[in-house]
Amino acid sequence: MDLRVPEQERHFREEVRAFLNESLTPEILEAGRKTTSVFAPVKEVMAWQRLLHAKGWAAPHWPKEYGGTGWSVGQRAVFAEELVRAEAPPLIPMGLQMCGPCLIGFGTEEQKAHYLPRILSGEDIWCQGYSEPGAGSDLASLKTFAESDGDDYVINGTKIWTTYAHHANRMFLLVRTRRDGKPQAGITFLLLDMNTPGITVEPIVGLDEVPEQCQVFFDNVRVPKRNRVGEENDGWTVAKYLLTFERGGQDYAPALGVQLQRLKQIAARQTTAGGGSLRDDPVWAHKVAACESEVLALSFTEKRIKSALSAGKDPGALSSMTKILGTELQQRVTELGIETLGSQALVWQPQALVPGGDEAPLGPEYALTAMASYLNARACSIYGGSNEGQRGIIAKAVLGL
Amino acid sequence: MNFSLSDEQQMLADSARRFVQGGYQAETLWHQFAELGWLALPFDEDDGGLGAGLVETMVLLEELGRGGVTTPYLATVVLGGGILRRADAACRARYLPDLMAGDLQLALAVDEQERVFAPENTALQAREEGGGFVLNGRKTVVLNGDQADRILVLARTGGEPGDQRGLSLFLLDPHSPGVTLTPHRLVDGHRAARLQLDGVRLSADGLIFEKDAAFEPVRQVLDEAILALGAEAVGALSVLLDDTVEYSKTRKQFGVPIGSFQVLQHRMADMFMALEQTRSLLLAATLKTLEGHDDARQAVHALKARIGGAGRHIAQEAVQLHGGMGMTDELAVGRYFKRITAMDGLFGGADQHLAAFARG
Repeated sequence: MDLRVPEQERHFREEVRAFLNESLTPEILEAGRKTTSVFAPVKEVMAWQRLLHAKGWAAPHWPKEYGGTGWSVGQRAVFAEELVRAEAPPLIPMGLQMCGPCLIGFGTEEQKAHYLPRILSGEDIWCQGYSEPGAGSDLASLKTFAESDGDDYVINGTKIWTTYAHHANRMFLLVRTRRDGKPQAGITFLLLDMNTPGITVEPIVGLDEVPEQCQVFFDNVRVPKRNRVGEENDGWTVAKYLLTFERGGQDYAPALGVQLQRLKQIAARQTTAGGGSLRDDPVWAHKVAACESEVLALSFTEKRIKSALSAGKDPGALSSMTKILGTELQQRVTELGIETLGSQALVWQPQALVPGGDEAPLGPEYALTAMASYLNARACSIYGGSNEGQRGIIAKAVLGL
Repeated sequence: MNFSLSDEQQMLADSARRFVQGGYQAETLWHQFAELGWLALPFDEDDGGLGAGLVETMVLLEELGRGGVTTPYLATVVLGGGILRRADAACRARYLPDLMAGDLQLALAVDEQERVFAPENTALQAREEGGGFVLNGRKTVVLNGDQADRILVLARTGGEPGDQRGLSLFLLDPHSPGVTLTPHRLVDGHRAARLQLDGVRLSADGLIFEKDAAFEPVRQVLDEAILALGAEAVGALSVLLDDTVEYSKTRKQFGVPIGSFQVLQHRMADMFMALEQTRSLLLAATLKTLEGHDDARQAVHALKARIGGAGRHIAQEAVQLHGGMGMTDELAVGRYFKRITAMDGLFGGADQHLAAFARG
């Protein structure tokens, strides 16, 4: 047990930094600075993905044979840190983090050969059809039905909270293919083309006034059976595998660390009535220190999970743990963001957050994103399985209660 | 000791609730407020007002908070009116009748960019020149600043930022040369403006209080604004709690209403306690201020800290328990969440007021 950095990793950080310096365009960086969600502005983030793909770095966590980088856990952590430090917009996770690993685990050779390269290149943008109006935490109660009809399924029903469905050309979704038996046992995992006739997408405006989520309606939508992943009625196995990636596949600590550093720079510019800077205010400093020490702990929890994964072990319920810790720390950091800015955080200019838009920020640019980030981050403890549900999983699966 | 409303106060509460629930026209709302007498509430009968006290303002604002009504009441009546109420007779006679008739909008400009909110933190300069004053500087987040017919500007005529001495308050016509107003929205839907002053000349009668002596009256008015905000917060928070409890009874998962889960029941019980403690602090701060107790300001600090802390707790839980629906702009819960969030950002946040409470 040690923290020594292997020889071949020593120069890795410089290599990454050099690449980021020369590749990130002003447009992509602006989109990165104005990202207030897991989901970055679509045009710029897809341009960024194409640049990363050209370098072979779009999916470092994938096995090398499918386009991964073959990096060590340490290298991947360095890469993640440098991306955040450079203010690169985070890549859309639906294809790279979720559908891709799922196809690698459960897809047919034909599916892998067709879809994986298109995920890497960004030719396909995926969305996730899981939740329904009546099926949130209780996902297995989903009702969208796929009737078998020759070589096709015919889908009727609706999905909700489908992020970026209005930008996506593909959806992976869970449908019901059997009405009797245990709810989990009648679910099938499908892939579909969003241009198939019978699909209607209605954006939902969020608290931050951004239509990031959608409701998707299916009216006799035909999907070929070769687009099924895994066996019919065995989609729950695929879905659960994918959810562990949604919850634990992502590192929260690198971004949180950088955000806290940035917050200190902002606080240093705020003058208190005592004449000093807010950064030196003991109450403020104490709150930031509490967050920072939690982030240090989380960064090692995440590294432990990555180590286990690279040694071929299943992190299992630990992914629930990082989902809870990461999202709740994320929420605390955004709270600190609006507290640090005081009334300046209340100035609401959603148009100024659009990359390339012509509305200039009224105050300093750093004040522009704080409120939108705070509002958007309220969703973190709801999506991907609510944090209440995750605590339930830990109680059951880890503690045996 | 008596925590019951008088008959008149109860009538005010009932009429405000009826008004809010009855549906109103946003365009004519302000003149309806005038007809109902609400704009005259806090002003002396000698000035043509109703001579009501802080309790009446509290009663009205709790109902407006419950109804989620976006109005310039805080800016025009509580802040602007609070200043004018303390001004000399000539000033009161000139402006209060129009204010009470609904024909005069006001704003109080204290905040400055990158300066933590506190009146003594003011840096905007007012230089004496030729028997008048020349103002230079910038004010931010001026509530109702884009609608105001007159803006009350806190400026420094002496001392350094941080000093309570050396602050003066000026009545500014926003159409004066050298004034640049940039209107904007706040996250909760209220209107505000950024105010830039470049060599703005004011005559000596633009001065509201004595030169260098504006700190104490401004602080008193800000205390009253915190009481008003507290009342609005209690109204808004009670809706967030009620809506969440109601939703938990109807939303079903795993075949049962989510309100049947013990983990959620306990959290709603905590929301209830946080609301009632906020209500208690509102009463403590209002009555202590009204009766002039020595520890009145302590109670005001405690209330403002609690609006931030309990407000965030209750509003965040309301969104969380509504799940995805709580994240949309479609339900009331989202609107109230944003209003409560904005309240912590106004007039100094929770930490700042707790620190002031600790200093005693």
